[in-house]
Amino acid sequence: MVVIDLREAIGKGLKEALINNDKVFIMGEDVGEYGGAYSVTKGLLKEFGPERIMDTPISESVIVGAGIGSALAGLRPIVEIMTINFSLLAMDQIVNHAAKLRYMSNGQFTVPILIRTVTGGGAQLGATHSQSFEGWYASVPGLKVIVPSTPYDALGLMRSALKEDNPVIMAEHALLYGVRGEVPNKWYEVPIGKAIVRTEGNDVTIIGHLKTAHIASEVAKILSSKGKTAEVIDIRTLRPIDTETIVGSVKKTNRAVVIDEAWKTGGFAAEIASVIQEQAFDYLDGPVIRIGSADVPSPYAQNLEAAMLPNAKEITSTIEKTFGF
Amino acid sequence: MLTDLNEHQISTYYKRMLLIRRFEESSGQLYLKGEIRGFLHLYIGQEAVAVGAIGLLRNYDYVVSHYRDHGHALARGMEPKVIMAELCGRLTGSSGGKGGSMHLYDKSKNFMGGYAIVGGQLPIAVGLALAIKYKREKGIVMCFFGDGAVNQGEYHEALNLASIWKLPILFFLENNLYGMGTHVEKTHAGGREIYLTAESYGIAAAQIDGMNVLAVREATKNAISKMESDPAPIFIEAMTYRFRGHSMADPSSYRDNKELVEWQAMDPIESFKTLVINEGLITKEKLTHIEKSINETIEEAVTFALESPYPELDSLYNNVYA
Repeated sequence: MVVIDLREAIGKGLKEALINNDKVFIMGEDVGEYGGAYSVTKGLLKEFGPERIMDTPISESVIVGAGIGSALAGLRPIVEIMTINFSLLAMDQIVNHAAKLRYMSNGQFTVPILIRTVTGGGAQLGATHSQSFEGWYASVPGLKVIVPSTPYDALGLMRSALKEDNPVIMAEHALLYGVRGEVPNKWYEVPIGKAIVRTEGNDVTIIGHLKTAHIASEVAKILSSKGKTAEVIDIRTLRPIDTETIVGSVKKTNRAVVIDEAWKTGGFAAEIASVIQEQAFDYLDGPVIRIGSADVPSPYAQNLEAAMLPNAKEITSTIEKTFGF
Repeated sequence: MLTDLNEHQISTYYKRMLLIRRFEESSGQLYLKGEIRGFLHLYIGQEAVAVGAIGLLRNYDYVVSHYRDHGHALARGMEPKVIMAELCGRLTGSSGGKGGSMHLYDKSKNFMGGYAIVGGQLPIAVGLALAIKYKREKGIVMCFFGDGAVNQGEYHEALNLASIWKLPILFFLENNLYGMGTHVEKTHAGGREIYLTAESYGIAAAQIDGMNVLAVREATKNAISKMESDPAPIFIEAMTYRFRGHSMADPSSYRDNKELVEWQAMDPIESFKTLVINEGLITKEKLTHIEKSINETIEEAVTFALESPYPELDSLYNNVYA
């Protein structure tokens, strides 16, 4: 067991993939000489050379498209899109092609591509660099979307993703790279499509992913200091979603809160809230609380951005008000 | 150009072009009867491009196409009946009815697909070429696209990356002068001479007569041999014309009939036929025999398609994921 941060966990996963499989290569903007915009790929160019660590032009569409093409030819590309905001420039490749080639060819082709990208706000990067689009991708059949919030999950989910013959998007949160945690020395994997109960409780289920999974734990702590126990679920995979764990928990606690950093309107929290009311309606003692970011473009000023994003204090008071805690 | 073609090759070229023509005429009829639905984009008029270019490829080369993909699929050797069944949405189609006209694939022939988002195939074709280079394999990627695709960002991204990484990809532009209903002079700053944009990316480029199967063959042959001695992309712009509308839904009201008649006078199949007969390279009887056999093939394809079952409903969720 070692304690490392999430950035190191991903770096470890990339390195072992490159060592274990010569079909794996990494391609993206500034992944080589620069070491990655978030320093995740640092040192890989030196170790594996430019044939396997490829710096690309700033051309998101051809970065993903070339990944798809090489995957069709039997390679296992790991593609880095510097942030999920820029992935919109590659959306044609991701949504129209990667997600559909297997279906449209009736199984003739597979697209084993891992697309790593960085999501989320909170770093005062302004409206075009602070968005959370992982939920958008999660609505597309043919894609899988993983969202690790701990070093353990980042490495474990990545190992599973690299065995997948499907396109997988791994959204990493910009503010979680420094999160530290234990990672076993022994090989392990985290299955795609399995949520995890972080804290057990009986009074309310709080569901989140990435940074909002950490916020959910904060809320649970505050509630526990007030004598209520919350069950915290980190969903870890947005597609396929683990409805069993979510619904099972809500049936026990009879109350549910879903937190997402994306805008509330049309956000992924709505999807989970719907699943809960479809599958656990009779167990609910109150409405499913849906928390998202304020429906505004991310402002730059620190106080405004903080007011836009979900935060533990406000969520706690909403819970208390709604459920009469 | 003719001298190095033997009678067998001549009959093959004629056969393949005519197969595409008759296939497309027949699918057009099935569309009018309601057996084929959705969008149907016919390749009639452009046959010399697919046949002249793809005819030179080896099994290990890759072909990437666009939504007007029947001609490329047939030229690559996909079975007419399997394509026709796909067009009719049948279980026996190339994708079991899940792809449709614009999405034909045949993995066994390295026919990597019709891509129906204009320009979307270019980055993917670059990736196939990257894989060839990465794996140190033989072969090239032949990527077709139309004049409508060249104003997409993906076109420029693909040309640039292919050039800086020296990838073995033959960019094959079929310039039929219209992006759907809008003339290339209105949409492209360089007018009809689109190949010049490739030169600006350091890619060797040429414009050729796309109505002449021999000219297409010659240019492709030279390009492949150059790419194999000096790995780097090459760009060919074939000037061509579709004799039908953009799709079956298009009455072509934006085109002058005079223009159509002028291009029809250069019909790739008729002009090839006249040439090889006049040169005494093949007899009229032999060509007539080919025509008959093509008609039979098409009839069989239609019968096969229409007699095939529709896909099973329980296959709806199959192959979303591997």
